[in-house]
Amino acid sequence: MSSVAKKKGFGGHVWDYLTTVDHKKIAILYLAAGTLFFAIAGFEALLMRIQLMIPNNDFISAGLFNELLTMHGTTMLFLAATPLLFAFMNAIVPLQIGARDVAFPFLNALGFWLFFFGAVFLHLSFFMGGAPDAGWTSYASLSLYSPGHGIDFYVLGLQISGAGTLISGINFIVTIITMRAPGMTFMRMPLFTWTTLVSSTLILFAFPPLTVGLFLMLVDRMFGANFFDHTMGGNTIIWEHLFWIFGHPEVYILVLPAFGLFSEIIPVFARKRLFGYSSMVFATILIGFLGFMVWAHHMFTTGLGATANAIFAVATMAIAVPTGMKVFNWILTIWGGSIKVTVPMLYALGFIPSFVAGGVTGVMQATAPLDYQLHDSYFIVAHFHYVIVGGIVTALFGSAHFYWPIMFNRTLSEKLGVLTFWVFFIGFHLTFFVQHFLGLMGMPRRVFTYMADQGWDTFNFISTIGALMMGVGVILLVINVLLSIKSAPVNRRDYWGDGRSLEWALETPLPFYNFKQTPLVRGYDPYWIEKQEGNKEGMVYAEPLGDIHMPNNSILPLVMSIGTFIAAFGALYSPWGDQAIAGTAESLSATGSLALLIGGLGLTVACMIIRSFKDDLGFHVHKEEVIQIEKELAEFRAKGGKR
Amino acid sequence: MDINQKFTPQSWPQHSETATMEGKNKFVGIWIFLASDTVLFASVFATYLALKDQGPAGMEFTAKGLFELPLAFMMTMLLLTSSLTSVYAMYHMKNHNAKGVITWMAMTVILGLGFLGLEIYEFVHYVHLGFGYTQSAFSSAFFTLVGTHGLHVVIGLIWITGLLIRNAKRGLNLYNAPKFFAASLYWHFIDVVWVFIFTVVYLMGVLG
Repeated sequence: MSSVAKKKGFGGHVWDYLTTVDHKKIAILYLAAGTLFFAIAGFEALLMRIQLMIPNNDFISAGLFNELLTMHGTTMLFLAATPLLFAFMNAIVPLQIGARDVAFPFLNALGFWLFFFGAVFLHLSFFMGGAPDAGWTSYASLSLYSPGHGIDFYVLGLQISGAGTLISGINFIVTIITMRAPGMTFMRMPLFTWTTLVSSTLILFAFPPLTVGLFLMLVDRMFGANFFDHTMGGNTIIWEHLFWIFGHPEVYILVLPAFGLFSEIIPVFARKRLFGYSSMVFATILIGFLGFMVWAHHMFTTGLGATANAIFAVATMAIAVPTGMKVFNWILTIWGGSIKVTVPMLYALGFIPSFVAGGVTGVMQATAPLDYQLHDSYFIVAHFHYVIVGGIVTALFGSAHFYWPIMFNRTLSEKLGVLTFWVFFIGFHLTFFVQHFLGLMGMPRRVFTYMADQGWDTFNFISTIGALMMGVGVILLVINVLLSIKSAPVNRRDYWGDGRSLEWALETPLPFYNFKQTPLVRGYDPYWIEKQEGNKEGMVYAEPLGDIHMPNNSILPLVMSIGTFIAAFGALYSPWGDQAIAGTAESLSATGSLALLIGGLGLTVACMIIRSFKDDLGFHVHKEEVIQIEKELAEFRAKGGKR
Repeated sequence: MDINQKFTPQSWPQHSETATMEGKNKFVGIWIFLASDTVLFASVFATYLALKDQGPAGMEFTAKGLFELPLAFMMTMLLLTSSLTSVYAMYHMKNHNAKGVITWMAMTVILGLGFLGLEIYEFVHYVHLGFGYTQSAFSSAFFTLVGTHGLHVVIGLIWITGLLIRNAKRGLNLYNAPKFFAASLYWHFIDVVWVFIFTVVYLMGVLG
C-alpha cells in the first residue's frame, strides 16, 4: 500500500510495477521506457550525423543509413515523445483535477504494456534480419517492395503500440470529463489538462486512419491483398492520405501537451496568472480542429491538383493564427512578472524563439509553389526539428525539472540543469539552423552521403558538431537524474514556492490515493487562491474524511500485451506474403504461422474473458487506515525522508 | 458501490447505467470509443470507394454484376431486428426486469448469428465465383470493408454471450447494468454501420 507501511524485496517491487494500475507508477514506467527509446533514437541520429560529417564518408553503409533514418523518426515520434508526454499526463493530470486515479486504471496499464511490447517488437527487427528502411512515412510505393521483414516489423510494431496509444487517449478523455473534483469546471481546468484533453481527442480521431493504413499494408505484404499494387488495380496514394490524415494531427498530439506544460511553467516562474486563459483554451481547441484540415500539405508534390493544393495551403496558414495567440499570451504572461529564471523557466524562455522559428518556416512551406522547391530537402528537416526539438523536447526536459519533486520527491540539480540547458540548446541550434541553408542549397534529405565541393561541407560539419553537443546535453541530463537519487528528499508541498494548480497542494511523497479528501475547487488556480487566503491545510475539502475506494492491481494487461506480441510473429512469418513467396523473406509453414497467430490472440482473448468473468470491484481503504497512513507519512517527512 | 445491494423496480434508479462512478465512466468511455470507431470505418469506406471495380487489366468482376440485393436485404432485416430486440432489453433494464433483459439480449445474439451465417455464405459464394481476397484491389477492399464490419459483429456476439452467461442467474445490479448498456450501444453502432454498407456497397453497387 503506502510506500512507508510495507517493506518489499526487489522481487516485490518488480511485481508491483508489472501489475500496477496506479497512475503515478504507470507514469514512471512511461518515463523509463520513453527515456530508453529516446536514447536509442538519439544514438541512431548521432550515427547518421557522423556519417554525414564529411563528404564521401564510409562510416556506415547506405542500407544501414536507411534503416537508421527510418528507426530514428519512427522511434522518436511513436516510442519516445509520445510515452514521455504520457508520463507527465499520467503523473500530473489526475492530480490537477483532484482525482484519485484515472477513469480506467486497468486500461491505463494495458495502454502502457501494449505500447511497450509494440516498441520492443519494432526494435527486435535489428536482430532479426534488418530494420525497416522506407522512412518513418513508409510510403507504399517504396515499402511494398522492400525485401526482408523490416517493413513487417514496422507495420506490426506500430499496430500494437498504436492500439495502446488509442486506449490511453480514450482513458484521458473520460478521466477529464467525469473525474474532476467539485468546482473544477471546464473553464477552471489548468492548461495542461486542457491540452491533454484536446490532444487525446486528436489521438481518438487520428489513430484509426493509421490503424487502417497499417492494416492495409499488413495484408498487402503478408497476406497477398492488393490495395497498393497498381498492377492489380491498387493505388499507393491511399497510403499517403491515410498516413497523413494520421501524421499531421500526430504533430499536434505531441506539441499541444508541450504547450500545456509551458503554460504551467511560465505562470509559476513569472509569478503571474496565465495571460488570456480563455483565449489559450480557444486556441488549443482551434489548433486541434485545424490540425485535421491540413494533411495534404505533406502531399503538395503528389499532384492532387491546384484546387486541392490551394485549399490545404490556406488552411495550413490559418493554423499560424491560434498558435500566434499562444505565443503572445506566453510573452504577455512573462511581461511585467517577477521572473525567477530557474531551469524549467530557462527551457521555456528558450522554447519561445525556437518554436517561433520552426513555425515561421512551416508557414513558408504552406505556400504550395515554394514547397515544390523545398520538398524533400534539408529545409524540411530543419523545420520539423525546430518544431519538435524546440517545442517538445524542451518541454520534456523543462517539465522533468519542474515536476521531478512531485513524481519522485527528489530534485534535479539546478546548476547541472543550467549547464545541460546551454549545451543542449546551443547544440540544437548549431545542428539545425545551418540545415535551412543546406536545404536551400539543394541538399536532399535522406541521402547517406554527398560529393565534396558543392558548398555543403562546412555546414554539414557544423551540424554534426551540434548533434554531438546535443548528445552531451542528454548525457548530462541522465547524470542529473542519477544524482537526484542521492539528493535531499523534498518532503513538503509546493516545491517551487509559487505553485498555482492542485498538484502543488499535495505534500510529497504522495500517498497512493493522492488526496485524502476530494478538494473543493473555488476558482482558476485553486491552490493559489487558498494560499492567498492563508490556508495552511493546502486545500479546503469537498467531503469529510471517509473510506477511499481504489482499484485492484492486475497482471492481465501485461499478459494480454504478450499475447498480441506473440500473434505479431505469426503474421510476420506468414507464408502467404509476396516476399515469402518470392523467397526474399523467411517464413514459417502455414500451420506454424497460424498457430502463433491464433495462440497469441487466443491468449489475449482469454485474458479478456477472465477480466469480464471475474468481478473487479476494487477495495476500500478505511477511514482509520487513511488516518494511519497520513500519520506515518507525516512522521516519514518529519524524519527527513529516512525510514 | 455494493454489488450485493438488492433493488426492487421501485428503488431501481431511473438511469441505472450512469448511477455509479464506474457506470458513468463506462457510459462516456463507450461513446468516445464509438467516435473513434466511426473514423476507422470512414477510412475503410474511403478506401473501398477509391478501389471499387478496380482490378488487373481485363477483370470481369464489377459491383454491378456481383452483388445481389435479396440476400443483402435479408441480412439487413436480421440486423435491424436484432437492434430492435436490444432496445427491448434496455427497456426491461429500466424496469429492473432481469429476465426480460436476458431473453431479449439472447434474441439479439440469435439474430446476429443469423446475420453472420448469411455473411459467411455470401463470402464463400464469392470465393467460389473466383472473387477471392487476393483476386484484385476491388476484392481486397470489399472483403476488408464488409469483413471489418463482420469482425465487429463477431466481437459483439462474444461480448453479449459472455455477459449473458456471466449474469444469467444473478439479476440486475449497478455493476452489470452499465455493462449491458455499453454492449447494446455497441450493437446499435454495428447496425448503423451496416446501413451505410448496405447503401454504399450494395445499393450503389447494383445501381452502378
